[in-house]
Amino acid sequence: MTATVTTDSRTEKSDRVTSRGTGGARRRLPRIPDRIRQGGLPYLLLLPAVLLELLVHVIPMIIGIVMSFRQLTQFYINNWGGAPWSGFDNYRIAVDVNAPIGEALLHSFFVTCVFTFFAVGLAWLFGVAAAIMLQENFRGRGFLRAIFLVPYALPVYAAVITWAFMFQRDNGLVNHVLHDQLGITDQPSFWLIGDNSIYALIVVSVWKGWPFAFLIVMAGLQNIPRELYEASAIDGAGIWQQIRKITLPALRPVNQVLVLVLFLWTFNDFNTPYVLFGKAAPENADLISIHIYQSSFVTWNFGTGSAMSVLLLLFLLVVTAVYLLITSRGRKGADA
Amino acid sequence: MAAPQSFLWTRRVILTFLAAFALLPVYVMVSSSLKPLQDVSGKFHWIPSGLTVKPYFDIWDTVPLARYFVNSLVVAGTATVLSVIIAVFSAYAVSRYKFRGKRVFTVTVLSTQMFPGILFLLPLFLIFVNIGNSTGIALYGSRGGLILTYLTFSLPFSIWMLIGYFDSIPRDLDEAALVDGCGPLGALFRVVVPAAVPGIVAVAVYAFMTAWGEVLFASVMTNDTTRTLAVGLQGYATQNDVYWNQVMAASLVVSVPIVAGFLLLQRYLVAGLTAGAVK
Repeated sequence: MTATVTTDSRTEKSDRVTSRGTGGARRRLPRIPDRIRQGGLPYLLLLPAVLLELLVHVIPMIIGIVMSFRQLTQFYINNWGGAPWSGFDNYRIAVDVNAPIGEALLHSFFVTCVFTFFAVGLAWLFGVAAAIMLQENFRGRGFLRAIFLVPYALPVYAAVITWAFMFQRDNGLVNHVLHDQLGITDQPSFWLIGDNSIYALIVVSVWKGWPFAFLIVMAGLQNIPRELYEASAIDGAGIWQQIRKITLPALRPVNQVLVLVLFLWTFNDFNTPYVLFGKAAPENADLISIHIYQSSFVTWNFGTGSAMSVLLLLFLLVVTAVYLLITSRGRKGADA
Repeated sequence: MAAPQSFLWTRRVILTFLAAFALLPVYVMVSSSLKPLQDVSGKFHWIPSGLTVKPYFDIWDTVPLARYFVNSLVVAGTATVLSVIIAVFSAYAVSRYKFRGKRVFTVTVLSTQMFPGILFLLPLFLIFVNIGNSTGIALYGSRGGLILTYLTFSLPFSIWMLIGYFDSIPRDLDEAALVDGCGPLGALFRVVVPAAVPGIVAVAVYAFMTAWGEVLFASVMTNDTTRTLAVGLQGYATQNDVYWNQVMAASLVVSVPIVAGFLLLQRYLVAGLTAGAVK
């Protein structure tokens, strides 16, 4: 954080240098070292992005951290600086698993982990399968590629509302197929309340997420040199062997980034459960972002909500760091 | 290359399944939007019993859909244009210059991707309210506040992708422009930007879709007049009577422009990703 601020203050200082540096280049002076000739130009170019990131991400995050140490309820919302300090109380409340708030948070955390595992796993699997199956050219390939991208292009709220309609108990497609047509269930089931809601959530999340995996893997496949396949074909390798020995290993770096991004998005996802279930998710599908939203904006306990957000961020940081460590070590091992 | 039967069959099965999975909600959306209300309120039927286009006329009266549409268009459009311009400048700086703080900048920008939106929702809300109280600039509840917020959402990914894309454009090109008397900005706009069109289009598509589809901030940061489609569509669903045929018709109406635009530009997106993000 401090480092970013440093960058920012440097920017203003070096503004004046810019014009001089540019003028120098224009008059085609003899070669000057890069650092001098460019002057403050790079900082000037970065200025808008830095200012916006500060305003919308960095400063709010710092305030969020400060708020997590205050007793911030609706009485202080107009003057949040006046809310009394409460030390680590909010954190103590959030992690006290013997009390209702902490217990609910832990439950929500477990639900989110299970949800993320299946949602990311399936989205990744479908995306990779689709991209590999469309790698070779055949009739209808472009058409299928367009179809596969439709869930990615549809706005979340429009698509998820449609899924909510499909999961309706009495007039939805899902029960019509499972109960009326296939006779798998004795009764038409509830999908948006009760125990089944986690399945509904996973299905919608996978539907929404796999086209992104498909897109990234498809882009990754274009970087694999054709000669590898040609050479292996001459050596007598079949298509299954090529997929196993060439395609999948070559995709490893892409997959590593992809899985991390999918994990972060899915773990933080707010839009899908919010549109599918509304402000209060069923207990079985109570994802952490909805849970924090509920704790902050519905029960008006912003201090605890902020503490929960900070804990969530710390968790994501640790997971990301461990993941990067493992995968970079793996890559080094593969290179050696 | 002749593929064995086992591969062809696996491919058929997988692709059929995925195509059906992808299109199932689209079918429901289209078919239900053409059903009369009593049909859509009863048991689901694959084939509509009677076709009607009435829902397509009713959607505009049940909620002020046209206003939401304009709001979404203004917010997403402006956020996209600004975000792309800012990303081009930043990516150019990172790709072409050596300077102190470069690493700090890229790491900080990238790591904001990881923040849960909920963490800065409330503080941002408070900042906007405070700015409004002290300076009179209405950010909370205004389109401007939402534009400001959205344009940073796509910024990290856009900068990251454009850095990769600019890196893949030979430096000789813009250095030649510099030698020929262009300023650095001249080189950027006359040489680098034209060469990076696929990357820039890809970034613009991504930015527009991010803004068009965002729900959380739209539901907290807007009021009756600035509401976007993301919040407006819920208007059909939260009433006692849910007009599902209208919900589906409205969903389709707000989806068609963005899906059509996306499918037209998807080649750019893959090209942009290939050069930029996936190296």
